[in-house]
Amino acid sequence: MTTTQDPYAAGSRETTEGRVYTVTGGDWDQTFGTDLTGEERLVVNMGPQHPSTHGVLRLILDLEGETVTKARVTIGYLHTGIEKNTEYRNWTQGTTFVTRMDYLAPLFNEAGYCMAVEKLLGIEIPQRAATIRVLVMEINRIASHLVGLATGGMELGALTAMTNGFRERELCLDLLEEITGLRMNHAYIRPGGLAQDLPPGAVESIREWLTVMPKRLAEYHKLLTGQPIWQRRLKDVGYLDVTGCVALGITGPILRAAGLPWDLRKVEPYLGYETYDFEVPTADTSDAWGRYLVRMAEMQESLKIVAQALDRLEPGPVMVEDKKVAWPAQLSLGADGMGNSLEHVQHIMAGSMESLIHHFKLVTEGFRVPAGQVYVPVESPRGELGYHVVSDGSTRPWRVHVRDPSFVNLQATAAMSEGSMIADVIAAIASIDPVMGGVDR
Amino acid sequence: MSNDGGFPTPGPDGGQQGIGGGPAGGFRRGAFGVSGSGDTSGFGGLVRVEPGGAVALHSTERPYGGYFDEVTDALIDEVGEATYAAAVQRVLVDRGELTYFVAREHLLTIVQALRDDDALRFELMSSLSGVDYLDSGGPEVEPGRPRLHVVYHLTSMTYRRRIRLEVAVTAEDPHVPSLTGIYPTADWHERETYDMFGIVFDGHPALTRILMPDDWDGFPQRKDYPLGGVPVEYHDATIPPPDTRRAYR
Repeated sequence: MTTTQDPYAAGSRETTEGRVYTVTGGDWDQTFGTDLTGEERLVVNMGPQHPSTHGVLRLILDLEGETVTKARVTIGYLHTGIEKNTEYRNWTQGTTFVTRMDYLAPLFNEAGYCMAVEKLLGIEIPQRAATIRVLVMEINRIASHLVGLATGGMELGALTAMTNGFRERELCLDLLEEITGLRMNHAYIRPGGLAQDLPPGAVESIREWLTVMPKRLAEYHKLLTGQPIWQRRLKDVGYLDVTGCVALGITGPILRAAGLPWDLRKVEPYLGYETYDFEVPTADTSDAWGRYLVRMAEMQESLKIVAQALDRLEPGPVMVEDKKVAWPAQLSLGADGMGNSLEHVQHIMAGSMESLIHHFKLVTEGFRVPAGQVYVPVESPRGELGYHVVSDGSTRPWRVHVRDPSFVNLQATAAMSEGSMIADVIAAIASIDPVMGGVDR
Repeated sequence: MSNDGGFPTPGPDGGQQGIGGGPAGGFRRGAFGVSGSGDTSGFGGLVRVEPGGAVALHSTERPYGGYFDEVTDALIDEVGEATYAAAVQRVLVDRGELTYFVAREHLLTIVQALRDDDALRFELMSSLSGVDYLDSGGPEVEPGRPRLHVVYHLTSMTYRRRIRLEVAVTAEDPHVPSLTGIYPTADWHERETYDMFGIVFDGHPALTRILMPDDWDGFPQRKDYPLGGVPVEYHDATIPPPDTRRAYR
């Protein structure tokens, strides 16, 4: 056998396990002829480019008939080395990197990272900044669950779920764009607070959105919840009980759908979540159906939190007062777009030499963070998003490790789908709702 | 404990007390690392250690405060005084987080006790990852220095507690027992840590690369592995790749 031979070319060979066929398509009868005897064990490679794998995910499935006997998962196709990259940027720049990990929950990444940096620095952020963080995170949670629902629906053939899900998600992204300037990858939450305050008109837009969304969410119940096909595709599919979840480290809606009301916003509150009135939805079915219901209910709860956050918004700073940490970006909207405000530029260029030095030092060099390590978990739409951040006392992180819930939850694929039908593998993975950008980082 | 890697953290009073050895040579002060220059923008409250500085890492004295004492007592009860003394090399309480530095020979005993004891019940392993504490002071890496740390974050869902375990190994002998038998979730975490740091988890059922291609050379998140990158031309200027830019450490 020469090395230039294509190992995946169609053909067959004898092995100690019997005759092994390699096929990449074509007519079944032509490949096998009348040779279809004995046991039918099929190894199917699915992905990494496949419309039903919920991202750039590769599945290797052993099939007997339509029953999956073994499911193996291969990841890493979106690995971009973000953790390593943060070690070569200053602390503030880190925000722009971590926001690109779980790209459906960028604000949770930013919040987790910034809370870790703030814990290392030992600083408290202003109340208004904390409230706005909660506000944008909950809008983001709804957007993320909608994409989970939309892509999950698409993978199961419910295309209306897809078009509607992305339609409503667009409403959420419009809001986030109005608040942060960007639809995704916002870099809005910064160590010490926020990049900027809510723009004029944002509160009104959010209030209007709050009147629209409940009706839209109710439509999903009309469209999907009562629908027999949707129910039968999800019920008793991808079963994983509490014991299995905890052993495999699964958190988020999957764990709550197994009946354990474990939500970090309740059990280890941060950013003042203990002062908001909201429920932790659970289900007791431990299957994809329960996860669907939990996500639907969580969107309703997030709407409640957004409304409460709006009500308690008090005027005030959105960044710590310490000028050693606060990025000197007095942003304003000019004719050529968003940038440093003219007054600030005039002040540092013509008014105060010290301000110019300070601006230059902080922007090019950044601030120093005392040595030590912290682990800060936040409840992202997919579960526990943990930031383990190590500082050596310099202007750059020594190590940033992200415990991404998608990465951990994806380990449940085999437990959820082995022994089931091949079509149910799709439903099971859709119910995990992994985001490959977070899995591979 | 002078050479088990890691950076010193401020002592209980937040100052430099407890770092030991005094601020001779190894330390640098101020936010911007400059002193005596009239730098008005520097933040003087920070003390950092220069790479290569002789640093003794301190251990927090009891009482640790909060639930940390309860956890420690329960752990001693479960594994016994002698095993605890042999297994836990030092304990650090910093920023409200508890860290046990565990000898790898006793890791499985300690973790099993932490998971199973009624008073401990750390059911969930939240996170497992590596940190490379390679000294950035010079090209030579002192052999035999335990620069690679494996960091475990355990969560007790029953008591709503979190603790951290750390195991330090050398790059020459990077072996740590696998926790997959105790926490199945450790599977992918350990594969990733192997992939990125080359730490070998003995007893893992299939320790293969997970994020990098199977035939990749080297362990990308070690500190002596370069970030890579090429210079980029922009508006007639050449921007060097991030790891070769002027560094403000």
